[in-house]
Amino acid sequence: MKIFILSAMLSSAVAAPPPEPARQQALRNLLKHDCGACHGLTLKGGLGPGLRPADLADKSNEFLTATILRGRPGTAMPPWNRFIDKSEAAWLVEILKNPQP
Amino acid sequence: MKYRFLILLSLFFIDPVAADVCATGDLGVVIEREPGNVLIINTTQHKQLGKIEKLGDLSHASVVFSRDQRYAYVFGRDGGLTKIDLLTDSVAKRILQAGNSIGGAISQDGKLIAVSNYTPGGVKIFSAESLEQIADIPAVYDDGKLSKVIGLVDAPGQRFVFSLFDAGEIWLLDMRTPAAPALQKFKNIGKQPYDALITPDGRFYIAGLFGESGLALLDLWSPESGVKKILPAYGQHDEKLPVYKMPHLEGWAIAGDYAFIPAVGRHEVLVITTDTWKLVKAIPVAGQPVFVMARPDGRQIWVNFAFPDNQQLQIIDAKDLTIENTLKPGKAVLHMEFTPRGEEVWVSLRDDNQVVIYDTATLAEVKRLPAQTPSGIFFSARAHKIGL
Ligand code: HEC
Repeated sequence: MKIFILSAMLSSAVAAPPPEPARQQALRNLLKHDCGACHGLTLKGGLGPGLRPADLADKSNEFLTATILRGRPGTAMPPWNRFIDKSEAAWLVEILKNPQP
Repeated sequence: MKYRFLILLSLFFIDPVAADVCATGDLGVVIEREPGNVLIINTTQHKQLGKIEKLGDLSHASVVFSRDQRYAYVFGRDGGLTKIDLLTDSVAKRILQAGNSIGGAISQDGKLIAVSNYTPGGVKIFSAESLEQIADIPAVYDDGKLSKVIGLVDAPGQRFVFSLFDAGEIWLLDMRTPAAPALQKFKNIGKQPYDALITPDGRFYIAGLFGESGLALLDLWSPESGVKKILPAYGQHDEKLPVYKMPHLEGWAIAGDYAFIPAVGRHEVLVITTDTWKLVKAIPVAGQPVFVMARPDGRQIWVNFAFPDNQQLQIIDAKDLTIENTLKPGKAVLHMEFTPRGEEVWVSLRDDNQVVIYDTATLAEVKRLPAQTPSGIFFSARAHKIGL
C-alpha cells in the first residue's frame, strides 16, 4: 500500500504521461535519424555533441528539455517545438538518459 | 588420355573471374544506414548484385572509387574506412582510423585516400592500396585546440582542400611528396564552414558558412590572392529559419554559366554566375534544400529537402530558372545519384525502405528496389571526376 502511494506520487511528479506507443515509435525514429544527422546515429556525437547517458549525466532534465524545445541560438542546434511538445521533449530526455538495453 | 587433357584444360580456364566476366563501369553502391550495410548494384540492369554487411555506423557515410573502378572506399561515421571489392562482393580491407569521421577523398593519381575527422579533428592520409597510414594532419588552432574538419575534396596537383568548422579556416594540403606533406592555411575565412565543394574543373573551392551569411571562395589557380567572400550581404538582415539538417554542397550544380547552391535556413536555391559570383536569382522551393544536383548535361537541377519537407523532390529547369516539376517519391528522400549521362536518377527513400529510379526525361518511375533505410547512393562513374 505504501509502495503504491509512493509510485503514484512519483508519477504525478513527472507530470504528463508518456506518449502513445505509435508516437513513441515516431519519436524514436526522429531521434535516430533526424537528431542523428547531427548527433550521430548512435548518438555519440557528430556536428553536435554526444547525447549518451554519460554525456548528459550532469545536466538537468529541465535544461535539456528546454534545449530540445528552444534550440540554442548561435549554434547549429535548432528548436524542435514546432514538432515536439513539452511532455514529448521530456520523454526524449528521459530515454536519452536511460536508454533501453 | 585425350579426354583427360580436355578436363585439365577446362579446369585451367574456368577460374571464377573468366567464368563470369563482369566490368564495373556501370556499378555503384547504396548505403543502408541503419544496419550499416552496403549494397552493390548495377545501374544498367537495375538490380542488386551483392550486399556487404555490418560495416559499423554508416549514418552520413560517403564513398569514393578507385580509378580502375574496381574498389569502393566507404567512409563510416565511426571512423571506419572500408575498401570494398566490387568484383568479388567482399571486403578487401578495413580499418578504424578515428573516433568520429565525416568524409573522404581520393587523390588525383588514385594512390592516396584522405579522410576528414571530427574526433580527433584533422585529416589522415592512407595508401589506397594497403590502407596503411601515410600522414596525419591534426586540425590545430588557437594554441592546441582541435577543430572538426569538413568539406574535404581532392584538387589537381595531388592536393587536398578542407575546412575547419570550429576554427573558420581553409587548408590546402600538397601531397606530391607523401613523406613531406606541405600545408598552406587560410585563416578568418568566415564563421563555421559546414561543407564545401570544388568546381568540376578543379579550380574553385567554395565553403558554405553556417555562422554568417555568404560563402568563402578560394581560387586554386591563384591561391596567393587568398580567400574571398562571395554573396556577403545575402540574407544578412532577415531572420533565418532553424536548420534541421545541414545542406550538402558536394553535388555542385553547374549549368552553363550558373551555379546552383542551397541557401542555409531558407526555402531557396540560389543561382549565381560562375564568372563574377553574383546572385542572379533566388528560386523559391518547397523546403530547406539539402542536395542541389545538376543532371550531367546541366539541363535539370534536382533538389531534395530537410525535415519536415523531405518527402518531396523538385526539379528546376535550368533554361528559365523555374520549378519544372514537384515529385512525391516517398518518405524521407535522402540522396540522389544520376547515371553517368543522366538518363536516369536513383533516389533513396529512407523511411520507405526503397530506392526509386526515375527516367529524367519523362519523370516516370522505372523501378523500385528494396533497401533497408537507404541513404547515400554512389556510382562508379565518380572515379573519374575531380572532387567526387
Ligand atoms: C542541425 C544539427 C542538429 C540537429 C538536427 C539536432 N541537434 Fe541537438 N545540438 C546540436 C548542436 C550543435 C548542439 C550543441 C549546442 C551548443 O554548442 O551548446 C546540440 C545540443 C543538443 C543538446 C544539449 C547537449 C548538451 O550536452 O548540453 C541536446 C539534449 C540535443 N542537442 C538534443 C537534440 C535532439 C533531441 C534532436 C532531435 C530532435 C537534436 N538535438 C537535433 C545540433 C543539432
